[in-house]
Amino acid sequence: MTDVIHGHASSTGISNVKLGMWAFLGSECLLFGGLISTYMLYRGRVTGGPRPSQIFDIPFTSVSSFVLLMSSLTMVLAVSAAHKDDDRKINLWLTVTALLGATFVGGQVYEFTAFYKEGLGFSTSLFGSSFYTLTGFHGVHVTVGIIMLMSLVGILKRSSVPGKKAEVVEMIGLYWHFVDIVWIIIFTLVYLIPV
Amino acid sequence: MAIIERPAPTLPAIVTPTTTYGVLKRPVSATGWRSWVFTVDHKKLGIMYGATAMFFFIVGGVEALLIRLQLAAPNGKVLNADLYNQMFTMHATTMVFLFVMPMAAGFANYFVPLQIGARDVAFPRLNAFGFWAFLFGGIFLNMAWFLGGAADGGWFMYAPNSGPVFSPTNGVDFWALGLQITGIASLTGAINLIITVLNMRAPGMSLMRMPIFTWMITVVQFLLLFAVPVITVALFLLSFQRNFGAQFFDVAAGADPLLWQHLFWIFGHPEVYILILPSFGIVSEVLPVFSRKPLFGYPFVVFSGAAIGFVGWGVWAHHMFASGLGPVSVAVFSLTTMAIAVPTGVKIINWTLTMWGGKLWFTTAMKFAIGLIVLFTVGGLSGVTHAVAPSDTQQTDTYYIVAHFHYVLFGGAVLGIFSGFYYWWPKVFGKMLNEKLGSWNFWLMVIGLNLTFGPMHILGLQGQPRRMYQWTEARAGEGFFNFAFWNLVASIGSFILAVGILLFLINVVITARNPQKAPLDPWNARSLEWMTTNPPKEHNFDVIPTVHHLDDFFHQKYEEDATTHIMTQVRTAEEIMAEQERNAEKHIHMPSPSYWPIVLAFGLPVITFGLIYSHLISVIGGVIVLFAAYGWALESSTAPDSDFENNSPGSGLDKVTANHD
Repeated sequence: MTDVIHGHASSTGISNVKLGMWAFLGSECLLFGGLISTYMLYRGRVTGGPRPSQIFDIPFTSVSSFVLLMSSLTMVLAVSAAHKDDDRKINLWLTVTALLGATFVGGQVYEFTAFYKEGLGFSTSLFGSSFYTLTGFHGVHVTVGIIMLMSLVGILKRSSVPGKKAEVVEMIGLYWHFVDIVWIIIFTLVYLIPV
Repeated sequence: MAIIERPAPTLPAIVTPTTTYGVLKRPVSATGWRSWVFTVDHKKLGIMYGATAMFFFIVGGVEALLIRLQLAAPNGKVLNADLYNQMFTMHATTMVFLFVMPMAAGFANYFVPLQIGARDVAFPRLNAFGFWAFLFGGIFLNMAWFLGGAADGGWFMYAPNSGPVFSPTNGVDFWALGLQITGIASLTGAINLIITVLNMRAPGMSLMRMPIFTWMITVVQFLLLFAVPVITVALFLLSFQRNFGAQFFDVAAGADPLLWQHLFWIFGHPEVYILILPSFGIVSEVLPVFSRKPLFGYPFVVFSGAAIGFVGWGVWAHHMFASGLGPVSVAVFSLTTMAIAVPTGVKIINWTLTMWGGKLWFTTAMKFAIGLIVLFTVGGLSGVTHAVAPSDTQQTDTYYIVAHFHYVLFGGAVLGIFSGFYYWWPKVFGKMLNEKLGSWNFWLMVIGLNLTFGPMHILGLQGQPRRMYQWTEARAGEGFFNFAFWNLVASIGSFILAVGILLFLINVVITARNPQKAPLDPWNARSLEWMTTNPPKEHNFDVIPTVHHLDDFFHQKYEEDATTHIMTQVRTAEEIMAEQERNAEKHIHMPSPSYWPIVLAFGLPVITFGLIYSHLISVIGGVIVLFAAYGWALESSTAPDSDFENNSPGSGLDKVTANHD
């Protein structure tokens, strides 16, 4: 994407990267849809090991969920800074978003370790397999988001990001918000609704 | 080459490549193998998709012939039971995932940008990545043959049969991981083509002026976008079960054996429309051209295609009538299955009425298109019998099912693809395929496929189960319904079919050696892809066309008399091309070739190979992927202006760049 005059503007008025990210997120809905359905089918099937209600620490997970949701706010601030072309603030808010995301992933690692010590392994029960798969996939998505955010901070420092800066920040922002929204659904279905 | 400078288009312009990581220079070769391996040109990638898919078609075809040899006589000895299981599994997997889907992707890549008046796709590097991921995924899938045996659970790989107990070799692991890689290829391809169609249309090319082929491809890409992630989930669950001890399909632990079936068919049924709709698109282009009439009821064809795309999501459980779903589910899915026959029937009627009263021109492309209408209808009718659940319960897992889906897939999808070969060959390669040989090609294929798959209706209703490696004389039945006779007919038919396809390959070789060039507009065609040279220039159009009509190219050639409504030719294709050349745009910057798509795609099979053998190899694959991803992100899609020679200051105003990303 170069900045010369476009002989061929986009037919919809939305840029290719942004529309492409929307399409990708549509596809991701079905990915999480499949994983969530699998979990909902199996969450009550415990032949050995602990049941969900015995191990979930709702206050702890609520706090880490709050941290993740706050990262959406900081992401919005980063996008807003990008539209104003304020490099210092873009860097600041992208870094804060990544740190909040990392806190959430750290919380998940702690939680997984605690559950494992209480006897819930990946192959302990259907509940265990489907719980770790669903939340694990979400954790990987957050981790990929953190890598993208930190890479963007690094690349922006060299000021050689191909394409328009605001556009790239906004695209990663779309992904980040999507991952947060999916967590709201997972948190409600997995932790809050009793089996 | 990344730039076309006027007025000397034949001389390759000089590009000083930018670097990534400060070391690696962009590839710039315009000739030789590098111009193919690092290309991002949608036309080259389309040809690469086509050639690779053709190779896998031959592989899958040989597998099919081995199956028919085994079943030609009672107590077949060609294959043992284990090898037979691998053979039918890989035959289906190869034909579905490595032939029909990528062949459609090849046609789509080549023609969608041309049909909408664009110079390339929205994400050219992602396009290249999709091709390489498909190729490496296909090779990875077939590597299992040499590493302990291929997958053997049937193409829908029902769990728990696909677990380690019943499938102890690594075959299923190769299958599950290989399909993940080709799934990534399909997903990136889908996103790319959707954005291309939504965003890159020429001025005036509204959605309802798009050629039907582009429309059907768009519907298919939406189906892929939403169906691929579902099988991704299923394949992950299967891999986790086999490699990490998860319990998803472990019935002893309380697992539901229907989970796999639901996930697979929620993907699998949209998948059958993914296979057939591109061919519907192709014949919707071919029939009007060779009937010399516009397509009858264009909006109906568009909306029935879209309707198939929607209703296709609500019929998946008709694959599971024998699994004990319960009467309500069975009733609902029976009704939806009957309903989906309606939009399909609408299309058949539209095609027939397109030919009605037309001046039919029986070229090979036209014959294949008519073949599709007839044979797909046969397969469609046996499909409607599956909607009747009590009858379907009897037919499940018999040769009747095999007969049905080969009529819709071979009689439908494959004949459509061959119609496309004959129709578009002059456009892609600048030479006409031999029509006489084409006629032999067509008739041998049609006779062969009817002889092969027709008798399977009888065999199936007589109760010959599919996937049994032998049938015995003792159970063969008598008289007209004797297994021996019809199995032999089917086996002979399969070899006639193979000869027909061989004739096509011979035709390709003969055409390549024939020095005679194709005329500019050999079929008096209607859509924009014919408003280019044969083969098209790298930048497709000298001037981006402005579109005023459906079938715009036709309306540029012909004008309608206001009172008599007779169309008279006012301009020839040559005159239109000459006018374009006179007004050619200058300084067209095309997306530049790149190393990263192939490197990134190569990392994927390394990762999956490591998952089976040693996680250390996976780490290496991960590093390759990460390295390539950064290389990709740090390089712009189109080389910056400063890279191009002759870049005098102030020339920016007449520079035209498609908005690639």
